[in-house]
Amino acid sequence: MALTGLVLAGFVLGHMTGNLLMFKGPEAINAYAAWLHANKGLLWGARAVLIISVFAHIWVGIQLALENRASRDGGPAADATRRATIASRTMPYSGVVILGFVVFHLLHYTFRTVALGGVTFGDDVYKMLIAGFSNKLVSYFYIVSMLLLCLHLSHGVSSVFQTLGLRNERWRARLDGLALAYAWIIALGFISIPLAVLTGCLK
Amino acid sequence: MVQDNGKEETLALKLRVWRQRRGQPGAFEEHSLAAVPTSASFLEMMDMLNEQLIKAGKDTFAFDHDCREGICGMCSMTINGMPHGPIPGVTTCQLHMRNFRDGETITVEPWRARAFPVLKDLAVDRSAFDKVIQSGGFITVRTGSAPEANNIPVPKPVADEAMDAAECIGCGACVASCKNGSAMLFVGAKINHLNILPQGQAERDRRTLAMVKTMDEAGFGNCTNYGECQAHCPKSITLDVIAKLNRDYLRARVKEFFSSTGKPSKGGD
Repeated sequence: MALTGLVLAGFVLGHMTGNLLMFKGPEAINAYAAWLHANKGLLWGARAVLIISVFAHIWVGIQLALENRASRDGGPAADATRRATIASRTMPYSGVVILGFVVFHLLHYTFRTVALGGVTFGDDVYKMLIAGFSNKLVSYFYIVSMLLLCLHLSHGVSSVFQTLGLRNERWRARLDGLALAYAWIIALGFISIPLAVLTGCLK
Repeated sequence: MVQDNGKEETLALKLRVWRQRRGQPGAFEEHSLAAVPTSASFLEMMDMLNEQLIKAGKDTFAFDHDCREGICGMCSMTINGMPHGPIPGVTTCQLHMRNFRDGETITVEPWRARAFPVLKDLAVDRSAFDKVIQSGGFITVRTGSAPEANNIPVPKPVADEAMDAAECIGCGACVASCKNGSAMLFVGAKINHLNILPQGQAERDRRTLAMVKTMDEAGFGNCTNYGECQAHCPKSITLDVIAKLNRDYLRARVKEFFSSTGKPSKGGD
């Protein structure tokens, strides 16, 4: 979970930073997209690492959830929670929604087969994003998914440190804070684009 | 608490207590108990309930207890959903009835975890912990000719840390409070206790791998960093021991992977 999560958490940072080029104008984002696609070896290398990480993350996650459910044996009738966060308790659920989002997102902007009205945009990524996010329902789905990603990351990123044994009582609060900040930066960075399109800041 | 008239305050309670025979499904039984002194411990309250049941010719509730001074790790019970009850850092035997209100309904149930099957009512079989200890919770010394303790210098911070981990009384509240039924806090405490002391170095890696393996085989869940165990541990063991267990486990696995076989490899140079 930790190692694959680390890859994926690193990926979303890169993805988000790249997306922000939208605000620099059509030339910047289109040039960036062209540059990403120019080196096929690098592109497919990165994609391979991501695909393996995603599948491993899901596989281990399912195993974890099933094993843990069985181990609890139903739990107490009057279950009390002292400190487990909402984020930590909803990891499988936020994960499932994010997976659904990823599938939709790939069909939407990578394979370009859904919610684009059959228009082909070619290399004009800027135009495609504006058109894509002009659909309110699609934008809302992106925003909700990114808020769930924020929830998922807030627990996941701090857990990475615990799993790798790099955490103690002194650093726990700081690392939790760091994870929360990281999660919000990622989420707000992604959300800024559909939000800018919806409010008409990006045309 | 003593009232103005010099008499001790008492409580009338409604109790929902788990009744179960081994291997059979269980259910809650409801009982009323009057005149419970606020100075009584939770176990003394359970004794009162059992006496009431004996006088009525009924079957008593089985529950684990031994020293009744918070150090043996025998007492258990999940009280209103909280292992060892509502006060953090306290065992059931040291939990006093002054922490409950008059007329309150208290739900009492056993530790719930697959690795801790119910023996009877509130008593569960915690021998899975014994198996974990047997697999690595020891150091090798020649008994009968034990060396002088002060021959091996132990730095004070190391001794303190080991003692913090050694506070674990092995009661199982960590497993009972964990929403995954995980025993990582217990195993982490035991591994930390021995792995950081000079006397524990000889078996360090073997111990870590063996105890984790036994833990997994016993059917305990995995840690997903809820932190419930720390919040419910009657000895306030912290999640630090789990981080260090993870670190020691990684270290031991890497060392095992690259361990020398002592023989030249076939083929190659």
